[in-house]
Amino acid sequence: MLRIPGSSPNDPGILRARRRYGERVVIGILFCCAALSVAVTVGIVLSLIPPTLEFFREVDIFAFLTGTDWAPLFVPAKFGVLPIVMGTIVVTICAISVAVPFGLGTAIYLSEYARPRVRKLLKPLIELLAGIPTVIYGYFALKFISPFVQNLWPVGDSPGVFNALSAGLVMGIMILPMVASLSEDALSAVPHGLREGAYALGSSKFEVSTRVSVPAALSGIVAAFVLAVSRAVGETMIVLIAAGGTPNMSLNPGEAMQTMTAFIAAAGTGDLPQGSTGYKTIFAVGSLLFVATFMMNVFSNRIVLKYREVYE
Amino acid sequence: MSLLAPDVDSVVRLPQQSVRRRVSDRAFLIVLVISFGLALAGLVALLWYVFDTGLPAFGPRLWRRFPSLNPAISGARSAVFGTLWVLAVTASLAVPIGIGAAVYLEEFAPADKWYTRWIALNIQNLAGVPSIVYGIFGLAFIARGPIDLGPVVLTGGIILALLVLPIVIIASREAIRAVPESIRHGSFALGATRLQTVRRQVLPAAVPGIATGVILALSRAIGEAAPLIMIGAFTYVPFNPTGLDSKFTVLPIQIFDWIGRPQEGFTQLAAAACILLLAILLAMNAIAIWLRNRYQQRW
Repeated sequence: MLRIPGSSPNDPGILRARRRYGERVVIGILFCCAALSVAVTVGIVLSLIPPTLEFFREVDIFAFLTGTDWAPLFVPAKFGVLPIVMGTIVVTICAISVAVPFGLGTAIYLSEYARPRVRKLLKPLIELLAGIPTVIYGYFALKFISPFVQNLWPVGDSPGVFNALSAGLVMGIMILPMVASLSEDALSAVPHGLREGAYALGSSKFEVSTRVSVPAALSGIVAAFVLAVSRAVGETMIVLIAAGGTPNMSLNPGEAMQTMTAFIAAAGTGDLPQGSTGYKTIFAVGSLLFVATFMMNVFSNRIVLKYREVYE
Repeated sequence: MSLLAPDVDSVVRLPQQSVRRRVSDRAFLIVLVISFGLALAGLVALLWYVFDTGLPAFGPRLWRRFPSLNPAISGARSAVFGTLWVLAVTASLAVPIGIGAAVYLEEFAPADKWYTRWIALNIQNLAGVPSIVYGIFGLAFIARGPIDLGPVVLTGGIILALLVLPIVIIASREAIRAVPESIRHGSFALGATRLQTVRRQVLPAAVPGIATGVILALSRAIGEAAPLIMIGAFTYVPFNPTGLDSKFTVLPIQIFDWIGRPQEGFTQLAAAACILLLAILLAMNAIAIWLRNRYQQRW
């Protein structure tokens, strides 16, 4: 740590500076700015917990977590959360099966194959995808992808306009840049020496990529995967627009489904009276969503920190 | 890596390299190019579709006319102005607080203390919280609940500010960290205090990086609809906001509303509004890139 003149008034050998109380105040304000983020987290948790607890006083928690009937805003109300959890899982699987393989492929191409000039040209194009508002993705999913899904559906009845598959596929394209950029970070953190060693032993580029670079960067790639799942679970607008609004206990991605996020948004627009059980449902589902995404984010951050220690 | 990789094949072409290995090498490259191509194809298809559908309806009426039930005379004036109002609130909250937090964490926070690590970790995790959860927070705490502002411009601005705060902080921290220590040492050697050093040396040097991060954060805010839907921003607002306590709508919510309407005219309008939103975003990103190239310093 550098010793700064005046920071310690008892320091012999330097001129004693006057105490700067104004600076103390400014530093205090700066600390408050940083501490605000903690306050936000506390605020989020505080806004979720009390209504959730009240909700579980009215609805049995076991029935909530294992029930297969979700109709919280109807009379008689049913509070089994599994259908919207199922909807979230189906849409997430669709999104991940686009985002992870193709995102990883993009990352390997950019970090192992593309020449620096090509990469410099292509990377911003991919990043452009990450900057498009989700409501535009929702529009694209509903009006452009959904007709394709309806026409090309291979078996059984053709899906309706609203289906989980088109929402999931477009969400996959939305998350792809994130997977690509995080995986590329992980790949470029792999020391060159490892690759050079493999080349020296006569490996082809394919072998170096699949047997040296990717395994060495695996923890970072896993972190990207987990973060992608978390993003897909938390995405709202695409599913709200394109997946339909019916809770559906089904694994068929061709059907209309409601996800947890879409339920929250739909219930939030419905002007529910404050204090009603329906209003508290928003918070119960919100807590579930928050806990799920929070755990995934913490897990992913952990992995990233861990692998950084290995190579840096 | 790529300095070395492209030439290895030509230099070290080993005679015993079998046909199968060369074929698998080629096939792998093709797979990679396809996955890259898919991402590009998605981008191209999206842009093409939005422009193809929206261009006929695109025109000055989008920002001149208020929304109406008749798509032929409908516009998004209130949404454009609502977006500007909310964005102004968001920027004036998120920018100073975000930079302040970044300065504290980089320059003043004791690195070995538990609370410093805790705050940094907390910011990381906040960046991953789904935007709809911020909406719930806004609904429970700010729009209703203890603060009880109602679904007004100020509420929307605060929620979006909290949402993008982690982005501003993380980008500003990186920009501040990129300023070399020697500049700080030089300033200290001339007798400046740490705060003077930050204000007169570090921050000016970090401005391009911070500005880029701020613009990226604001372009995230401009496209958000979910949290604003939660706090009860209205879909049909035929007037401009007149102040912070005014009811409002924003472009993404207007688009969402138009998508949900059955008439063909509204589908076109939605696409036209998408073009407008994309144009605003493109302009903001162009500014960010220009700033980065114009003022970026390499030490």
